[in-house]
Amino acid sequence: MTTLKDLASTIRSKNAGVDLITFDIIFRDRDAFVRVRDSAVITPARVADMFRVPPADITDFVVFEPARAIKFTIRRKVPSGSPGERDVFGSQQYPPLFEIRIPD
Amino acid sequence: MKGGRRAMKPFRVLCPTGHLSFTPLEKGSFLLACGYGPDAIAADAGSCDMGPRPLGADEHVSLEAWQRHDLEVMLLQSRRLGIPMIVGSASDTGTDRGVDQFVALVRDIAKEHRLPPFRLAAIYSEVPVEELKRRLLRRERIEGLCGRPDAGLSILERTDRAVAVMDAEPMRQALAAGADVIIAGRSSDCAIFAAPLLHAGHDPANSYFLGKLMECASFCAEPYMAKESVMGWIDEGAVYVRAMHPDQRCTPLSVASHAMYERPNPYFEHVAGGCVDMTDCVYEQVDDKTTRVRGARFVTSPTYRMKIEGAGFVGHRRIAIVGIRDPDTIRLIDQAVAWARDKVAERFGPDGNSYRLHYHLYGRDGIMGPMEPRPVAAPQELCVVVESVSRDPQVAFEACALGSRNLFYARLPALKGTAGAAAMMSDEILIGEPGYEWTLNHVVMVSGPGDLVRTRHHRIADGAAWGIAR
Repeated sequence: MTTLKDLASTIRSKNAGVDLITFDIIFRDRDAFVRVRDSAVITPARVADMFRVPPADITDFVVFEPARAIKFTIRRKVPSGSPGERDVFGSQQYPPLFEIRIPD
Repeated sequence: MKGGRRAMKPFRVLCPTGHLSFTPLEKGSFLLACGYGPDAIAADAGSCDMGPRPLGADEHVSLEAWQRHDLEVMLLQSRRLGIPMIVGSASDTGTDRGVDQFVALVRDIAKEHRLPPFRLAAIYSEVPVEELKRRLLRRERIEGLCGRPDAGLSILERTDRAVAVMDAEPMRQALAAGADVIIAGRSSDCAIFAAPLLHAGHDPANSYFLGKLMECASFCAEPYMAKESVMGWIDEGAVYVRAMHPDQRCTPLSVASHAMYERPNPYFEHVAGGCVDMTDCVYEQVDDKTTRVRGARFVTSPTYRMKIEGAGFVGHRRIAIVGIRDPDTIRLIDQAVAWARDKVAERFGPDGNSYRLHYHLYGRDGIMGPMEPRPVAAPQELCVVVESVSRDPQVAFEACALGSRNLFYARLPALKGTAGAAAMMSDEILIGEPGYEWTLNHVVMVSGPGDLVRTRHHRIADGAAWGIAR
C-alpha cells in the first residue's frame, strides 16, 4: 500500500503567524501530485479528524499547482510560545500525515 | 518614465539573509552578489517565531556580536557601492529599543571604519498600550485576527508592549527624503524589499510580491542551504529572482514552494494598504539560476489598517524533569499526575488560582498534546517535564517542586516499587525564562501610513548622529 510519505518530497509544518500552524505537502513529481489530488483522500474533513480539531479550525485548504503541493492551515488551541505550549515554531506537527494511505 | 526604464538595467535588490543576525549572515555569496550591480541591499531582522517573550520583555534573542557583524557587512558594501541599505523589524521585535540599538550599532561601525557622512532614517512603530486604550475609549475597533475576539480593556491590561506592522510607505518616503540607510521598526517582511522598488517607480503588485519571494533569502532556492544571498528585480511586468550562491538555483518549484512558506494561504499577502493577490501567478525558468513570475495583482484596501502585535507577562516559570521506567507507573501515569496535581492544590488551591501547572509527557504525546492522533499507551520510558507558572516566583517554585516530587511519591494501586515511582534526573527545580503570551494579533484602522509611525532623520558623520531638523 502506498503512503503519502512515499509520494511526497517534503512534508512540513510551521507557524503562519502566532495563532496558526500551516502544513505543506509537496509531491516528488507531477504524477504523484495528480494521483493524490485526484484521489481526494486528503480533505479538510480528513485532516480535521486526524488532528482532532473541529472542522472550523481548518482555516485554509489549498491545492497549489505551481508548487505541486497540498497545503492546509490549522488554528492553534493556544498561541505559540505561551506557557504550557508544546511547539513554539509549530515545526513538529506533520508526522501523522506520513501514514495516510493513497489508493493505487 | 516606464518607456525610458526599459533601455536601462532593471533596479536590483539584494537580500543577504533572512531574520538578520539570528545566525550570522553568509558573507561569501553576499560579496559575490555585490559584484552583480545591486541597487539596494535589504534585509528583515525580526520575527514572531521565537514566541512572545522577546516582544513582551523587550529583549533581543540575537547576539549583539552577530547583529553587529551582519550590519557591518551590509553597511560597508552599501557605502562602498553608494546604494541604500534597508533593515526592517530591527533587533528581532522591531520595538523602539530595537531601532535605537541598531542605529547605535550603525553609528559605531561608521565611526570605526571612518565612513564618509551619510543620511540615516530611523522609523519607529512601537505603539504605547495607552494609545490603544485611548482608541478603545473613542470606540475604535481593535479587530481580532485568526478567529481572535476584538480586544477589550482586559486584553490591553494584559499587554506589556505592542508594535504596529508598517507597510513599505514609511520606508519609501524615507528614501524619497534622501535616506542612505534605513533602520525600521516592525515591518511586513515583504515591505522592506518593496520600499526601494516602489521608490524606483515600480508598481505595488510586483514590488510586494518580489519582496515576499525574497524575504527569507535563499529559502526560495534549491538545494536547501538555509540563508544565502538572492537578487531580485522587476522587468516588463514580471519579477525575477536569482540565487547568488554558486551551488544554488531558483526554480519555478523552489520559488513557488517558498511563496506558500509560513503563511496560511499561498494566494494572498496582506499589508497595511492592501493585499497582493497571487492567484494567477505563472512561474517560469529563464536561465539556470533565475525564475520569472508573472501575474501578481495588488488590491488596494479601501481603508488603511495596520496589524498590531502585542505580548504580556504571564508569570515566572519553573521546570523539573522526571523520568519513569516502571511499566505500571507509565500505564497509570494519568493517575500519578492527578495525584501530584492534588498535592499542589492542597497547598495552593485549584490550578488557575495563583498558579498554572503543565505536564508534558514526552514519549506519549509531549509534542502534539491533544492534536496527537496516536498517543503511545506504553512506551518503555516516559519523560515528564513539569512546568509551573505563577506571578509569585515562590509559588512557581513550590508548585513545581510539589508537582514533580509527588510523581515520586504517587500512591498507585499494585505498585511494586515502593521506594519511588519516578526517577529524578536531578532533584532540582530549574529556573525558566519568564512566561509571556501573545495578547494582540489584531488590526486597527488608521488614517494613513504615518498614523502610528514616526521617522527621525539623522546625519551620521564622525561617529555621531546629528538630528536633521524637519
